[in-house]
Amino acid sequence: MEKKQYRLEMKNISKQFGGIRALDHVSVEVKPGEIHALIGENGAGKSTLIKILSGAYTKDEGTIQIDGERVNIASPLDAKNLGIAVIYQEFMLAPDLSVAENIFIDRLSDKGKLINWKKLNSEAKERLESLGFGNISPQKKVGNLSVAHQQIVEICKCLTHNARILILDEPTAVLTVAEIGKLFGLIRLLKQEGVSIIFVSHHMNEIFELCDSFTVMKDGCLVGCGKVDEVSQGELVQMMIGRELTQMYPQRGAKLGEVVLKVEGLNVKGRVKNVSFEVRSGEVLGFSGLVGSGRTELMRAVFGADKKDSGKVTLLGEEVDFKEPKHAVEKGLGYLSENRKSLGLLVNQSIRINTTMSSLEKVKKGCFINHKKEKEYVKGLLSQMSTKYGSMEDDVSSLSGGNQQKISFAKWMSADCKCIVFDEPTRGVDVGAKVEIYEIINSLAKQGVAVIIISSEMTEIIGMCDRALIMAQGRITGELDKDFLNEDTIIKLAMEG
Amino acid sequence: MKKDHRMKHFLLDNNTYIIFLALFLICCIISDKFFSYLNLRNILLQQAGPILVSVGMLMVILTGGIDLSVGSVMAVGSSMTAVLMTRMGVPWVAAIGFSLAAGIALGTLTGILVAYLKFQGFVASLAIMTIARGIAYTITNATPINLENGTLNLLTAKEYGYPIILIMIVIIVIFVVIETCTAYGRLVIACGSNIEAVKLSGIRTRRYLLSVYMISAALSTLAGVFVAARSNVGNSTIGEGQELDAIAACVIGGASLAGGKGSVTKTVIGALTLALIGNIMNLLAVPAYPQRIIKGCIIIAAVLLQVLTDKNKE
Repeated sequence: MEKKQYRLEMKNISKQFGGIRALDHVSVEVKPGEIHALIGENGAGKSTLIKILSGAYTKDEGTIQIDGERVNIASPLDAKNLGIAVIYQEFMLAPDLSVAENIFIDRLSDKGKLINWKKLNSEAKERLESLGFGNISPQKKVGNLSVAHQQIVEICKCLTHNARILILDEPTAVLTVAEIGKLFGLIRLLKQEGVSIIFVSHHMNEIFELCDSFTVMKDGCLVGCGKVDEVSQGELVQMMIGRELTQMYPQRGAKLGEVVLKVEGLNVKGRVKNVSFEVRSGEVLGFSGLVGSGRTELMRAVFGADKKDSGKVTLLGEEVDFKEPKHAVEKGLGYLSENRKSLGLLVNQSIRINTTMSSLEKVKKGCFINHKKEKEYVKGLLSQMSTKYGSMEDDVSSLSGGNQQKISFAKWMSADCKCIVFDEPTRGVDVGAKVEIYEIINSLAKQGVAVIIISSEMTEIIGMCDRALIMAQGRITGELDKDFLNEDTIIKLAMEG
Repeated sequence: MKKDHRMKHFLLDNNTYIIFLALFLICCIISDKFFSYLNLRNILLQQAGPILVSVGMLMVILTGGIDLSVGSVMAVGSSMTAVLMTRMGVPWVAAIGFSLAAGIALGTLTGILVAYLKFQGFVASLAIMTIARGIAYTITNATPINLENGTLNLLTAKEYGYPIILIMIVIIVIFVVIETCTAYGRLVIACGSNIEAVKLSGIRTRRYLLSVYMISAALSTLAGVFVAARSNVGNSTIGEGQELDAIAACVIGGASLAGGKGSVTKTVIGALTLALIGNIMNLLAVPAYPQRIIKGCIIIAAVLLQVLTDKNKE
């Protein structure tokens, strides 16, 4: 046998869905102890490839070898037994069970015996400590943990099955800068132990910081692979989107107008403390800070989705007190929620139904929905945003992340808002679609809409915003104008309080 | 290849209709009494009530809820109409009106519990089911009330063109239109798909939740009146187990109990499918008890088919 054997060899994998070729003879090779970046725009076929590896889909063609041995992965159980573990963006955890219960969910006790809680908890503690997260209590309910800690629990759970291949699907999308640092430390630790890691990410800086080798996919095909230190960022991006990305953050040139939304002394018990700010027509105002710093809670309270305890909100010069989102939308305030799957979209309904959900008035004729008018309206709106879709009767879940996000945008575009809050507008969206979303935001600002962006991506805040407010522990700790926006200052302010 | 695909999708999308037609043909073959004007008319007269209950149930199921109180509310409809007519001398049309109001009041109560007090539909309607049955028993003393000829039974009269069948058809058409062509119908389905998302889109979700329980109760009350009209007796014991038949009709029609998926026409066909099964077994003189066993098995088969369909579509 060869000495420098591959841990995983996927050769000429193909997969067809209906008439669409999702994967076309794709090959990927990963060595033991290697961190391999899987890169590509949404819809490039990364997820399909991962799902084949994890047994969720079966391949039509091709072979998979693990440690030189040809394997057949027909079900998720096969994958687990072969030591393949996947950490998806949506965790596979039971929120009402404890950390220890989740980690050992499939072996809570020896066969026929009662659960030994003491042993279970101490073993869970040991495992967490070995990963450097001894501060997570094994008895705590998973639902009460931060997203970052839930992710650690998920990784810990996978490792109890002696994973040889760990796949991380955009693991950093939900984490803050500090948390990403810790996660990377953990990934490097696993690398030293010889685990092969496949790392899916849209973030170039993460790939260059962490990964050894890469595979780039586009439209279901392999477009390039190699070592990370032999390639430049520009080359990677070009492979990925097939064109040069001259400017990540397009110029705007919108004129600032009147103050549209003004918030004074807003309090939400335990979450938001005495926050005041204003945003003008045509302005893009950023809210930066760590996850849990109160940005989302603040905006939800302004929007009427949650109760606020005190504070004055003025919209277009009129004092308002929204008790429910309906009132806010009527007055022209929109809020794009941070989690499009659970709070934004009806993923099992058609693209058409989602797009017109908050603007049915526009496609009605008398009491009835005019289906022809609705279809034309949806078609026009979606093409404006260059959304890619098969048929507008397809479920939203059939779309890639970027295109799903455009549907969420479409919902608010058609609601004629004067001020829109975008909470994490590009989470889980690939580079190409990101730029398109930025362009949509810019065009809104140009039309005179006051835009608020909540983002945990500092580059996004720096690149997009005219002005940014930084929050920490429910307070605004700083305000920075465009010329003074930089990562160091933002981090410093975000850690205050 | 592509044509095959389309054909497959057509069959999968319309399997409720295909099963119904197949069953209908089978019934025609195995019993010569089945395909007769009299028998088919009787099926429609019998099923006018249950079909309306199923449509009301579908509205609730579309929002992700469930209404267990439909059978008891039917009993309230039947009993109250009879009591008002016989003991209080209220004219029969007005009696129906008052009963509808009472039924809708019960539905409103369920709806408030679900929409505003965050009860689960199952629990809220379970409580109302008990209350409604209690009301029906109390006002009638649990004894059947015979009605005068030429009043309520006019609703089933041939010379007026069997009004209950006509009313049923009109209501079905109204609900098909509501489902496919109104913002209301669209948003009911949306609520069942992801209520938080709908709320954040600036829609008053609670009103939609409340309204479906009111609709379900109204249609159930009417169904109770239909039953009373057919037998010309007001009865507090009718409708037992009707909720299960209604749920079965929705599910056979492809509705998902998780909400957000279902169709009015397919639910009607689902209810008729159940009716055919009952009817053919009666014609073949299958005893009542084994009938239930067979019916249950057929429901399993129908739902299994729906599950397989969903899998196939993926």
